[in-house]
Amino acid sequence: MSATETPHGRHIPDRLDRPLRSAVFSWEALLIAVAISIFAVNSFASPYFLDAWSLSDLTFNFTEKALIALAMALLIISGEIDLSVAAIIALASTMMGMAVQFGVGTSGLVAIGIGVGLACGAFNGLLVTRLGLPSIVVTIGTMSLFRGVAFIILGDQAYKGYPESFAFFGQGYVWWVVSFELVLFLGAAVIYYVILHRTSFGRRVFAIGNNPVAAQFSGVRVERIKFILFCLTGLMSGIAAVLITSRLGSTRPSIAQGYELEVITMVVLGGVSILGGAGSIPGVVLAALIMGLVTFGLGLLNVPGIVMSIFIGLLLILVIALPIVWRRLMKERPA
Amino acid sequence: MLADPHPARIVRDPPREGEGKTPLLTLSGISKSFPGVRALHDVALSLYPGQVTALIGENGAGKSTLVKILTGIYQPDAGEINVAGAAVNLPTAHAAFERGITAIHQETVLFDELSVAENIFLGHAPKTRFGTIDWGTMRSQAREVLDAMGAAHIDPDTRLKDLGIANKHLVAVGRAMSIDARIVIMDEPTAALSAKEIEELFLLIEFLKGDGKAVLFISHKFDEIYRIADRYTVFRDGEMVGEGLLKDTSQGDIVKLMVGRSVDHIFPQREAHIGAPVLKISGLSHPTEFDDIGFELRKGEILGFYGLVGAGRSEVMQAIAGITRTSRGSITLEGEAIAPRSAADSIEKGIVYVPEERGKQGVVIGMPIFQNVSLPSLKRTSKSGLLRLAEEFALARKYTERLDLRAASLSQDVGTLSGGNQQKVVIAKWLATAPKVIILDEPTKGIDIGSKAAVHGFMAELVAQGLSVIMVSSELPEILGMSDRVVVMREGRIVAVHENKGLDAETLVRTAAGIVAQ
Amino acid sequence: MNALLKNREIWLLAAILLLIGLISTRYGAFASPRNLANVFNDTSILMILALGQMVVILTRSIDLSMASNLAFTGMVVAMINAAYPAVPVPLLMLIAAGVGLALGVFNGALVWKLGIPSIVVTLGTLTIYRGATFVISGGAWVNADKMSPAFIGLQRMQMLGIPLLSWIALAVIASFFVLLTRTPLGRSFYAIGVNPTASVYAGIDVGRTKFVAFCISGLVAGICGYLWVSRYVIASVEIANGYELNIIAACVIGGISIAGGIGSVGGAVLGALFLGIISSALPLINISPFWQMAISGSAIILAVVLNARGERRQGRIILKKAEAI
Repeated sequence: MSATETPHGRHIPDRLDRPLRSAVFSWEALLIAVAISIFAVNSFASPYFLDAWSLSDLTFNFTEKALIALAMALLIISGEIDLSVAAIIALASTMMGMAVQFGVGTSGLVAIGIGVGLACGAFNGLLVTRLGLPSIVVTIGTMSLFRGVAFIILGDQAYKGYPESFAFFGQGYVWWVVSFELVLFLGAAVIYYVILHRTSFGRRVFAIGNNPVAAQFSGVRVERIKFILFCLTGLMSGIAAVLITSRLGSTRPSIAQGYELEVITMVVLGGVSILGGAGSIPGVVLAALIMGLVTFGLGLLNVPGIVMSIFIGLLLILVIALPIVWRRLMKERPA
Repeated sequence: MLADPHPARIVRDPPREGEGKTPLLTLSGISKSFPGVRALHDVALSLYPGQVTALIGENGAGKSTLVKILTGIYQPDAGEINVAGAAVNLPTAHAAFERGITAIHQETVLFDELSVAENIFLGHAPKTRFGTIDWGTMRSQAREVLDAMGAAHIDPDTRLKDLGIANKHLVAVGRAMSIDARIVIMDEPTAALSAKEIEELFLLIEFLKGDGKAVLFISHKFDEIYRIADRYTVFRDGEMVGEGLLKDTSQGDIVKLMVGRSVDHIFPQREAHIGAPVLKISGLSHPTEFDDIGFELRKGEILGFYGLVGAGRSEVMQAIAGITRTSRGSITLEGEAIAPRSAADSIEKGIVYVPEERGKQGVVIGMPIFQNVSLPSLKRTSKSGLLRLAEEFALARKYTERLDLRAASLSQDVGTLSGGNQQKVVIAKWLATAPKVIILDEPTKGIDIGSKAAVHGFMAELVAQGLSVIMVSSELPEILGMSDRVVVMREGRIVAVHENKGLDAETLVRTAAGIVAQ
Repeated sequence: MNALLKNREIWLLAAILLLIGLISTRYGAFASPRNLANVFNDTSILMILALGQMVVILTRSIDLSMASNLAFTGMVVAMINAAYPAVPVPLLMLIAAGVGLALGVFNGALVWKLGIPSIVVTLGTLTIYRGATFVISGGAWVNADKMSPAFIGLQRMQMLGIPLLSWIALAVIASFFVLLTRTPLGRSFYAIGVNPTASVYAGIDVGRTKFVAFCISGLVAGICGYLWVSRYVIASVEIANGYELNIIAACVIGGISIAGGIGSVGGAVLGALFLGIISSALPLINISPFWQMAISGSAIILAVVLNARGERRQGRIILKKAEAI
């Protein structure tokens, strides 16, 4: 903090010394505590948990969804939402499967998967920003449309026969137990961290989410930024489609069904306000980790996936409700 | 309550003397403060049955605060409210409604998507013996209410959104009639009405008078006030400065009451160094908001824009700043024709607009002060898209300290500041873009005296440095104390441009309101 | 006439008639009263659910948990029926209604008392309720041979040649019509959706009204839980998975504004029927049923675009001459 002399007024510090309390009580700190406790419970509950390969398998539980959650976080912070991400995966995967039938090679498949994702995102973005439609309804519509097209193309069939080299994206390891998916996710998380917290673009995203009118008056090109965010979400869905298709080695139109709600749960659990304007990438990464830990830990205990979802649902409501209840109790207590 | 079928057409006796009759509503010693602002101080008001009282005052005089107290939105810090002789509390909007106090203000009391009948009866609809809403009776009662008001042309089944503003007012009055409201508050009801519609509204007010209602009529327009009101009460700076019968008082006397001011605020002394024209506007038009606007702004000049609320001043400024589109006309900045298509464009060219609606259009609540200040200047404070916090803090510090911002730190949420300090952040934000022309729309609306002085001092400093300022203001002392020239607008057009030499408040009020000099 | 053309339901009805006409050119028997009655019966559950969802959407909220609620309640009554076949079916329906209501109360209480956005609450309960279905059933199915004949047969009973399920749907439609047009509560759903501030002036408790809306959607989902398992003669964790979106789709196509305050019983019913007609007609006219999803998706997008056009806002009028135009 530099104490520059100014001719007018009094000196205003950049920031007050942040009391330890506020760091300790931050959302991310809460998530870290939750993650550590789940990790500890898992290690006690199952002897197989603390094993390098187990932990590596654990990451496959969340990397694909978490990749989308990174972009979705930005979109929700800006005050919009995209429910069509899982349907984009289905369509992108179907297109890749179709391309395989025409003998397209691995690099071509990746380009098609990502390209279809981007195109779907742009379609959503155009409907929302050009026609001024509410994104929640638009993307419920495109969710049916995108997956519907996949159903028209595939029916009850499945595409198989992906080239061997294609399997690397969803099944390959970069080094020892470190999977390609994990490296990709970590890389993307760093990039999204920089975009949201370290660039002027990210700052404008926050401004739009908090007050779109004031942002527009301040020279922020609101529609353009929202359009870019829809494209990014589509792009990440396309990347996820490549990974999932590669991991499963086949495409059915029902692929990734219900992912959209898990992605949104991840984002909200990560501390992103569903009303827009607040959130952080570290929070989303932690939330993804927590969801991975819960599902994997319960899986080791042979708890079926559907029961795990109860824990995820409860977690979502509890982490949002508890701070509210806590604040209320603190208020009622006489000082 | 609906005895006379055609009372609106009855010529009434001349207004009776208010004195000697018991007022229906009296306020005494009402005070209300907000952090940093004293909105009302020890004011009194009496409303008499069968009479219209005009509440007159400049913007920021405390009229809207008073209305909010009367309708249960705000609680007074001190004072007493009496309705029909009994002291009452109005803790909620509904409590005021139940006491028979209604405000005719379409945005807060009506429902666009519901039918006219329902808008009149929502909350107290007639019921059948099964407890369900009796639409038949509701419609016919709505019909009766509307007919009695002389609004036979409104179909009770129409959706409210399909009605014009004038008819929406009628529905709001109908709602007041249906609950047998005794006190009716009309806050700028004629703001968006045509001459014919205003006549219809006046017939309606005559009807309310005939029905024994006490009407509080808030307007800036003197012709209307003299036409319809019996009594007047003048507010200035949150205090009641005069009241009486209108027939005993001239317009000039009331204007004097409105603008006469205690010496609590001294405008900065400055020597104007006015240079060549910077901004030239000609023939600027919009289909519904303004027409053929033309003026020049010179270097180092403060150009005041005066007019009544709703004269189209903000709309013109937003068009110049690229926020709204125009149908015709040209904008020339330093000899170069520009056509900004967004606020981003105009900021880049060097024209900034500091909006009137601080909360909605100005500050981004939820974000810290320094991020608010740097928002329009992010291109300069960042390097190839990456933020540089040190630059942002330096920029924010430079401007907020010059404006004497009171804040604990620059990382504080802007929402935790008082209105005056928020306004300083807003001004700092747009100034930090280093503009050539800055348009300030009601720069001191609703802020405390100290902040006002800081803003005025700063404006003087800006023009001294060669910046050009357009100041839209409805506050006469501000217009007279700060401007080099004053443009007056009325109903979407420029009606006069005055040099601010020996210019007096009364001339401005008369031009703005369209009163012919006596 | 003018007012008639502005009416969204009329346009939707015209679209449906056109659709039926088009289908009839390919499959003549489609427009027969018998077949249309069947389509109505097939769409009954969706119509009932759409009405419950509509009430919530009117209040500017959303209930994503309806399909999970349905699955849970359906499982509860199916298991009771399998274990105690003697329990009379009407009592089971009451139980279904009660269980559904309880789940709705949970949603509503979180929205009302804690002020959590409804999309977050019901996103959570969507997974919780379905997970709970697994917990109580242990993942097992309850299928036809475990259900009592009365349990399966009740809704198939014919009255005047029409199955009881259709009669139930008609009764629900009628009660929603009365609720939404004839009761102060019904009108307050609209009021808080159109203008929450003005509703407070009119003495309406916004939070409490939202709570009641969630109770209604829960109650309705519970009743549909019984109807669904007895109609498809299976109760499993998977039933109606993802169906919440069909329900919302029916509402959107029916012209119910996601922004709240706009929508009618007729709209919700017609929106559901539109989807029902498409799903029953596709196999008849030799179009793969796999087209259905894409068609309803396009219908949703089209409906939103059309509704948005009808709601263009008007600007401020200052110039006197502009008014005359």
